[in-house]
Amino acid sequence: MSKTKDISVEEIRTWLDEVMDPEIPVLSLNDLGVITGIEIQASGKVKVNMTPTFSGCPAMDYMKRDVEETLQKNGIDDFDVHLSFETQWNSNMISDKGRAALKKFGLAPPPKHNLIVDIDLLEHSKCPYCDSTNTEMKTPFGPALCRSLHFCHNCNQAFEQFKPL
Amino acid sequence: MNTEALKDLLYKIADDQLILGHRNSEWTGFGPLLEEDIAFSSMAQDKVGQSWQIYKLLEELGESEPDMVAFMRNADQFHNCQLVELPNGEYDFSLIRHFLFDMAEQIRFTHLASSSYEPLSLLAKKIKGEIKYHTMHAKIWMKQLGSATEESVSRLQNSLEEAMPYALGIFEPSKFEAELIKEDIFRGEEVIKEEWIEQISAILKETSLKMPDLNSITPVYGGRYGKHTEHLQPLLDEMSEVFKMDPTADW
Repeated sequence: MSKTKDISVEEIRTWLDEVMDPEIPVLSLNDLGVITGIEIQASGKVKVNMTPTFSGCPAMDYMKRDVEETLQKNGIDDFDVHLSFETQWNSNMISDKGRAALKKFGLAPPPKHNLIVDIDLLEHSKCPYCDSTNTEMKTPFGPALCRSLHFCHNCNQAFEQFKPL
Repeated sequence: MNTEALKDLLYKIADDQLILGHRNSEWTGFGPLLEEDIAFSSMAQDKVGQSWQIYKLLEELGESEPDMVAFMRNADQFHNCQLVELPNGEYDFSLIRHFLFDMAEQIRFTHLASSSYEPLSLLAKKIKGEIKYHTMHAKIWMKQLGSATEESVSRLQNSLEEAMPYALGIFEPSKFEAELIKEDIFRGEEVIKEEWIEQISAILKETSLKMPDLNSITPVYGGRYGKHTEHLQPLLDEMSEVFKMDPTADW
């Protein structure tokens, strides 16, 4: 039996606070901004819409599976977790809480932007260790599709940034 | 909606992404700098991922599922332009191809973002943001190496001359140009090509490289309808080797 009668969308959202990005384990999917909709249908079916950060991101399948497992763990048997591009992810959708978590993790949070990403936005990223902007981008590609590589001339450390998109 | 025209368009875009994605992946472990190794590997991952998303659109239109489409066709069933299947060559050739191809892709996906076929326009909006990082990378290197030393300039110039006939083949008109344009699915190859010429000429002008005289070059066509160089089939054999051992295996 499905227990959806007694639950709210807000409650489901709270469960998803526990589901972390598999590659950045301090960042929940809610804070990452990839959960684009939660709906409890009249039949009791729970529908969760998600959208990929990058279209080739190999972590998306894991995120989807983790959401499905979380729903099951909380007693929901009738659900549909759907990945689509209807609501598009951009890095401005990472929450303030998520940005703080990224910085603590040693990853520079993506600068907020007006949806026009150009090289100036990446050239002098703020160092997550010392907050200096005396930095340079080494390459727009890093160990994951969503990260670029930078160097801080103030504290002489290499760092990664979650790319603005 | 002319489904045949739409499929023709999707196949050529997806096949370009898949084949160049595979070529890019051949730099993994061989890049001249660690950062470049990572860059080409990341672009490979982006492109193969993008091809998968486009093959998914084709699946919704009744084609086979993405893995079958990617791994079970022979060279003469592929719609990619010949530019993307050419071997990587030396780094100068790979950089030039990357620059010429990704500049065209950026323009293509920017136009497709306003396609009347909504699943395609949504995906194109996503991809055009991702490709921006590819063109950013390409432009940085063109500007740096294109005015660095005598050797870097002459190597890039030679590769540019070699690649240009194939690069013009990106814009081989499809059988369905008129239908695609009429139905607002796609602006057409001619529009993309004109913008591309303008953009790459402007970037080359900032370097010591010279834009080849396009009027004296015959574009290499045929790739869009299954005519390929001898290099494609060995690439496909290698790419599909593991898949073909057991196509039903669950990964």
